[in-house]
Amino acid sequence: MAEGPCETNMLQINDLKARVDDKDILKGISLTVNAGEVHAIMGPNGSGKSTLASVLAGRDAYEVTGGEVLFEGKDLLDMDPEERAREGVFLAFQYPVEIPGVNNGYFLKAALNAVRQHRGQSDLDAIEFARLMKEKMKLLKMDPSFLQRSVNEGFSGGEKKRNEIFQMAMLEPKLCVLDETDSGLDIDALQVVAQGVNALRSPERAVIVVTHYQRLLNYIVPDFVHVLSEGRIVKSGGKELALELEAKGYSWIEPNTVGA
Amino acid sequence: MAPTAAQETLLTGFDEFAAARAGEPSWLREHRARAAETFRGEGLPTTRHEEWRFTPVAAVAQVPGQPAVAGDVAPSLVEPFLFAEFGGPQLVFVDGRFAPQLSRLRDLPAGVRVSDLGSALATAPDVVRQYLGTAVQFRQHAFTALNDAWFTDGAVVIVDRNVVVESPVHVLYFSTGAGASYPRTLLVAAENSQLSIVESFAGVDGGYVVNALTEVLAAEGAHVDHYKVNRESLQAHHVASTHLHLAKASVFATHNISLGGLLTRNDINATLDGEGIECTVNGLYLADGDRLVDTHTAIDHAKPHCHSYEIYKGVLDGRSRGVFNGKIFVREDAQKTDAKQTNQVLLLSDDATIDTKPQLEIFADDVKCTHGATVGQLSEESLFYLRARGIGKDDARALLIHAFAESVVENIKIDSVRHALEQVLLARLPIRE
Repeated sequence: MAEGPCETNMLQINDLKARVDDKDILKGISLTVNAGEVHAIMGPNGSGKSTLASVLAGRDAYEVTGGEVLFEGKDLLDMDPEERAREGVFLAFQYPVEIPGVNNGYFLKAALNAVRQHRGQSDLDAIEFARLMKEKMKLLKMDPSFLQRSVNEGFSGGEKKRNEIFQMAMLEPKLCVLDETDSGLDIDALQVVAQGVNALRSPERAVIVVTHYQRLLNYIVPDFVHVLSEGRIVKSGGKELALELEAKGYSWIEPNTVGA
Repeated sequence: MAPTAAQETLLTGFDEFAAARAGEPSWLREHRARAAETFRGEGLPTTRHEEWRFTPVAAVAQVPGQPAVAGDVAPSLVEPFLFAEFGGPQLVFVDGRFAPQLSRLRDLPAGVRVSDLGSALATAPDVVRQYLGTAVQFRQHAFTALNDAWFTDGAVVIVDRNVVVESPVHVLYFSTGAGASYPRTLLVAAENSQLSIVESFAGVDGGYVVNALTEVLAAEGAHVDHYKVNRESLQAHHVASTHLHLAKASVFATHNISLGGLLTRNDINATLDGEGIECTVNGLYLADGDRLVDTHTAIDHAKPHCHSYEIYKGVLDGRSRGVFNGKIFVREDAQKTDAKQTNQVLLLSDDATIDTKPQLEIFADDVKCTHGATVGQLSEESLFYLRARGIGKDDARALLIHAFAESVVENIKIDSVRHALEQVLLARLPIRE
């Protein structure tokens, strides 16, 4: 199938509702994301930001109770997590998992080949793979010794987050969802991570940045900012909205007049 | 107490057997007779016996105790269980008897002798007499007594002082599918010698019984690497004990990879009888269906300044059962002991079970002893992480199970053995749901 700009929106979320453990978290989210755009989702703790990211990636613990999500016109919620990844949805985890015994290099090769096969591309041979790794590791300023280590095992918080963006750079998804990627990062690591994300920005790719703080958005400048509160988007605007939130906090925007 | 039917079955024919071995030295014949008496007194353990609570062995008595007559076996059946490019001698025993025509004997450096027990009794009778049976602890163990009474042959490896043997030694005990056999291995490593030995157990399909006994005596400063690979028939009963007597400053490691057998019971008893010993006891067991794998280890810190490390991992699927009992004794004299024990089990089905029990008995006050047991399923979080990167569910499961098991196998230092087992693991792990 030919790649390229398509008629439909990349991501279309319509009135999405989801719950976890019988607690309603998302109460009707609607959002449209087009190729080339960067959207920031901001909001206080417990507003449903990370739930939204997890639901998009297909995490089991969340039960979708209403609405729909279309990715390039296809029903995303009907896909297994691996299908979503292969279609081009990438979630950078807030808490990347340590997986002892699974070698980083081996893991990435398995992931990349699964994605490439889905796209009708041939597996990369060892040399091509090594070249690609080297290039992307340089971008994220990662130590080559990391390839010999187990996935995220013994990594510092910053290393884990860099590893997420590194994986993203390797897999070249269409839609990147960054779930609180800035949490736990010092300013140097934050810049490296942001630089990695910015290097991936392109007219064919969209980014959703989920964050509590405006800080990351100084480096990954969004086209749109949405404020989530109690499971709903209560305000949308341009990048200046993030600055306003930074100055005033979230309280002025709490939806005390909205809802039942 | 009158002998039970089982005790009788398991000793039926012993007098004739003993008479037929009149050519053996008298000390050995007496040794056998005493062992038969011991078994007559003990009988097979039942599940009322604390050490056998979870492991019913009555089925062993369904197979006559008298050693099977060695069956004919085509080399092609044995071949898959030998290691390619092993680099050292590979001795094959069929139904407990040395099979020189199937073995691959290679020259070894001066100062190391590898032979079947019969030959060792002829060429080094004093050494055999001096050591055979001396490392065996827990002699009341009924299966140990049965092996002592009935063993027909075995492998004897003697390494002289200061001799470092680069090429490993492999002993394969192969069963042809019926009856009982009593493999016996004796390894004597003299002062400052070094050797690696692999014991393998395999057989054609069938409900045979293997009752094996291994003794390792490591003298001062000796380094011994021991591996045991159980690839028995999935209908077989495999009951084995390994007895280690370690002297001052010796370094010993065993890796026990248990893949086969309907019932497998391994006892490992280590006596750390000197200062500065380092003893590693690691294992991996896989079971599925109705199989049972029982591991009992006992590490006895008798002297100060010794370290013992123990990691056992199990992967249980189907309705299989695992049993792990890890004893560590620290004697009053054994100050500055450092003992670590870990047992980790992956339960892949709702019906698989594990009974795990660390048992530390510490009589010294300045020691470090830790133990931990974890029992769990595959981590949902790890599975999701892998799937979120495009790796399919089955492949993600496979990756995680393999990673769990591989961490034991990757410590095998003999390349050909490690590679072979990695292949076996890939084929045998229950990686599909």
